[in-house]
Amino acid sequence: MTATAAAPDPALFEFCLRMGDNTLVLGHRVSEWCGHAPVIEEDIALANTALDLIGQTQLWLGLAGEVEGAGRSADDLAFLRDAWDFRNLLLVERPNRDFGHTLLRQCLFDAWHLEMLTALCGSSEPRVSEIAQKAVKEVSYHLERSADTVIGLGDGTPESHARMQDALDRLWPYVGEAFLPDAIDTEIAARGIAPDAATLRAGFDARIGAILAEATLSPPDSRFAHQGGKTGVRHTEDLGHMLATMQFLQRAYPGATW
Amino acid sequence: MSSVNPGALPQSDAAQPKKRNEWPLWEVFIRGQHGMSHRHVGSLHAPDADMAIRNARDVYTRRNEGVSIWVVEARHIAASSPSDKGPLYEPSESKVYRHPTFYDIPDEAGHM
Repeated sequence: MTATAAAPDPALFEFCLRMGDNTLVLGHRVSEWCGHAPVIEEDIALANTALDLIGQTQLWLGLAGEVEGAGRSADDLAFLRDAWDFRNLLLVERPNRDFGHTLLRQCLFDAWHLEMLTALCGSSEPRVSEIAQKAVKEVSYHLERSADTVIGLGDGTPESHARMQDALDRLWPYVGEAFLPDAIDTEIAARGIAPDAATLRAGFDARIGAILAEATLSPPDSRFAHQGGKTGVRHTEDLGHMLATMQFLQRAYPGATW
Repeated sequence: MSSVNPGALPQSDAAQPKKRNEWPLWEVFIRGQHGMSHRHVGSLHAPDADMAIRNARDVYTRRNEGVSIWVVEARHIAASSPSDKGPLYEPSESKVYRHPTFYDIPDEAGHM
């Protein structure tokens, strides 16, 4: 970082971390399927999704490092922070479990992500809007694909339906966090950088409602929301295990490149 | 003349209630960035046409290969039989006059 770096902007830094940590953690989770998906077509499709998300991570964490002005690169932020410094939603760190669970998690995230990125295209911060405009095309496709699979498996055999309903019951309590604003969200929204987190709920509900109806799945009748992911206050224990795998190389061999 | 379809799978139409545990095979055709026609690039499995197009997008256009995708279920393709190749193709071997090699094609005509 040069001495001419912009004045530190903690709220914008946090916001970029939240966006980048979501895509980083989910991208890694999805990449865990590489070589394990039920059919090769899905294996490749999941790898493509993971790579899209990691690509978006480079942009968001790259911007975070730039905003922070402390000389940290996207790689530094990805590989040299511990769990409590991560700012991703709890939803994306939930383990993969079975294929249906993975795709339902993907669909729930994609639906929020698409609403968020669509709004971010009009951000008052040009660097944010630029990233959103690139990512929104990728994410439109992610949602098409994950929604199709959720519908196919939900409205499929008794076995696949039961697994999808179980996945929905497990994941639903992790949906609400994205829509509950904290002080950072409020400041960022007031500055026109991002939409008010709560206003995205209506669009999300409409999208997900239509998908779940077609999938013959019923969300639990509760808006209870686990929180603590995007603030970093209370991640689930699964994040630490994931980071242990993801960060091993840079921790064991600092600065290793190839 | 007989036709063969090595990739043929059982009919999936509703009239046939036979249960199948494997997704049907689809043949994939891609129109390249600068190509004029869709070209066969390979095949894949998918539960329906929409997913076949998505799978084709993910499997065959990752490196910016295409601007348009066609898919067709392999069982709908009729193919000539390899054992008919004598009567089908050999007669044309001796008909050199069918090749436009006896004309000078002006450069302005471009690729033909």
